[in-house]
Amino acid sequence: MVKKTKSLSLNFGPQHPAAHGVLRLILELDGELVEKADPHIGLLHRGTEKLIEQKTYTQALPYFDRLDYVAPMNQEHAFALAAEKLLKVEVPIRAKYIRVIFCEIGRILSHILNVTTQALDVGALTPSLWGFEERETLMTFYERASGSRLHANYFRTGGVHKDVPMKLVEDIEKFCKSFPKIIDDLEGLLTDNRIFKQRNVEIGIVSKQEAIDHSFSGVMLRGSGVPWDLRRSQPYEIYKDLDFKIPIGKNGDCYDRYLCRIEEMRESIKIILQCIERLPKGPVISIDNKISPPNRDDIKQSMEALIHHFKLFTEGYRVPKGNVYTAVEAPKGEFGVYLISDGSNKPYRCKIRAPGFSHLQAMDYLIRGHMLADVPAVLGSLDIVFGEVDR
Amino acid sequence: MISKLQSIEKTINSELSSKIKNSSIDNEELLIEIDKNDLVDVIQFLKSNENFKFKQLIDIAGVDYPENEKRFELIYLFLSHENNLRIKLLIKFEINQAINSITKIYPSANWMEREVFDMYGIKFKNHPDLRRILTDYGFKGHPLRKDFPLTGFNEVRYSEKDKKVIYEPVKLEQNYRNFDFESPWEGTKYIKEIKNSEKDGKKN
Repeated sequence: MVKKTKSLSLNFGPQHPAAHGVLRLILELDGELVEKADPHIGLLHRGTEKLIEQKTYTQALPYFDRLDYVAPMNQEHAFALAAEKLLKVEVPIRAKYIRVIFCEIGRILSHILNVTTQALDVGALTPSLWGFEERETLMTFYERASGSRLHANYFRTGGVHKDVPMKLVEDIEKFCKSFPKIIDDLEGLLTDNRIFKQRNVEIGIVSKQEAIDHSFSGVMLRGSGVPWDLRRSQPYEIYKDLDFKIPIGKNGDCYDRYLCRIEEMRESIKIILQCIERLPKGPVISIDNKISPPNRDDIKQSMEALIHHFKLFTEGYRVPKGNVYTAVEAPKGEFGVYLISDGSNKPYRCKIRAPGFSHLQAMDYLIRGHMLADVPAVLGSLDIVFGEVDR
Repeated sequence: MISKLQSIEKTINSELSSKIKNSSIDNEELLIEIDKNDLVDVIQFLKSNENFKFKQLIDIAGVDYPENEKRFELIYLFLSHENNLRIKLLIKFEINQAINSITKIYPSANWMEREVFDMYGIKFKNHPDLRRILTDYGFKGHPLRKDFPLTGFNEVRYSEKDKKVIYEPVKLEQNYRNFDFESPWEGTKYIKEIKNSEKDGKKN
C-alpha cells in the first residue's frame, strides 16, 4: 500500500532568531525535505529611495548608514563616489586613505557578525560572545572618528567629515596587531569543528554558472570560485596601490564561504596596516567651498565663508545633470548606486543596488531538496541584512 | 578604459544598427537607448556575443518623468566579468505599456522586475510571478511614482480598542515642508497641501 503524503507549509519567521531580522520564509515541506521556499521580504521597507529624492545630497547620505547597518561606511562610500563622479571633484589623498581604513573596518565588522551568527545558527554560542567583544572595539573606532557607533554619517562628497585624531590611528594599529590572534581563536573553535563542518560542508552548493546567473557578488561569487573583486578589477580610491589577496572558494558551499570570510578579515587587517603606515598628511575634504563647508575659524572671520556655510546647509550644492552608476565592494558584495541628477540640489532618482537582494532571491534554488535544519545554515551563509534587502 | 568603451560602442552600433536609437559615453559609462520591442533581442545579443559576454544582470532601475509623453524609463545595468565592462541599456515607454520580461534570459531579473512593478506599476509580459515585493500586503498605489506623496495615504497603528493593527488615513500635525530652491522669491506652498493631498487620496 502506498501512503499518500501531503506537503506541509511552514512559516519560517518573521520572528525567528535565525531569520536574521524580519524574513518571512514560506516553506513547502515534504516531511523534513524542503520542496519550495518563498521568501516574503519588505517588512523593513522604509522607502529609502523615495526619501532620498526629497533630500539634498548632504541630507541623503545618512540614509545609507541605515541600509546595511553592520557596515555603514561602505554604503556611504558608494553614494559619495557617485556624487563625486557627477561633480568631478578630486578627493584629497589623505581622505582616500581614511576612507579605505574605515571601509575595511566595516568589512571586519560585517564578517565577524556573519561568521559568528552563522555559528550560532548551527549551534555554537561561544564564537558570538568572543566576536562581539571585538566588534565593540571596532565600533568605538567609528565613534571616535564620526561621533556615533553605528550610524556614522562620516563620509562627505569630496572627502570625509573630520580628520581622525592621531591617537585613534595608533589604537587602530594596536588593534590590527592583536586581532589576528582572535581570528585564530575563532578558527580554532569552528574551522575543524566536527559539528560545524557537518552542518556546513556540501550544504547550499552554488556552481560558478549559477552564481553568475543569479547576480551573485562578493563572497557568494568568490566562494564558488569566480575570481572577482571590485577592489581589484575596477579599483577605486587607492586599492590599486595596496597589496592584498583575494580568497577564492572551491566548492561553493556554506563552508567555503565561511573560509572566504575568515581569510578576507585577515586581508583587511593587512590593508589597514598598509594604509596606516602610508597615511599622508593634508586636508581630508575637498577645499572647494562650493561643496564642502568652510571651517569654524573662517566663518568667524570671513563674510564669504559665512555665505558658503549658509548656502551649503540650507540649499546644499547643485550637482550637474547626468546619470552614473558607481559600485563598491561592500562586505556582502557589489553595493551600487545608480544616481540620476537633474541639475538641482536633490537627486532625481537614486536606485540602490543591494547585494543581499539578489542573494536572497536565490534562496528557493539554494534550499530546494535540503533538510529543514539546513535552512538556517544556508541563510546564515548568504549574509542577509534586512536593512539593505528591503531598503 | 574610454577607448575600450568606444570600441564596443562602435561594434554594437554596427552589429545592431537598426535597433540602436542612441548611444553615448558620459562619465566613462556607456549608455545605449533602444526601442522597448527590441529589448529581448538586444539583451540576448549582449549576453551571447563573444565580444561582450554581459552575463550578469546587476540591476533594473525604473525612472518616472510625469511631464514626458513617454513617462517611464527603465535602465538595465549589465556587467561582464570576462571583459571587465559595464553597460547601461535604456528604454522609454508610455504609461500602461507592458514590457517583455527577461526572466528567461537572467533568472535574477525575477525580483528586480517585481520591484519595478511594485514601485512604478510597470507590467511585465511573461513574468512567472508578478506580485508586489517590498510594500505591505494589500498595498495600493506605486510609491516611487513622482505623483505619489512622500507621506503616503495610509498609516498603520495598533488600536487598543479593537485589539488589532488598523489602517487609517495619514494625519499629520504639520505637512512635509518642501522648499523651492529654484526661485528664492516665491513663498512656499506647503500650507494648503494637506487638503489637496486628502482630496487626491480619495480619488485613488
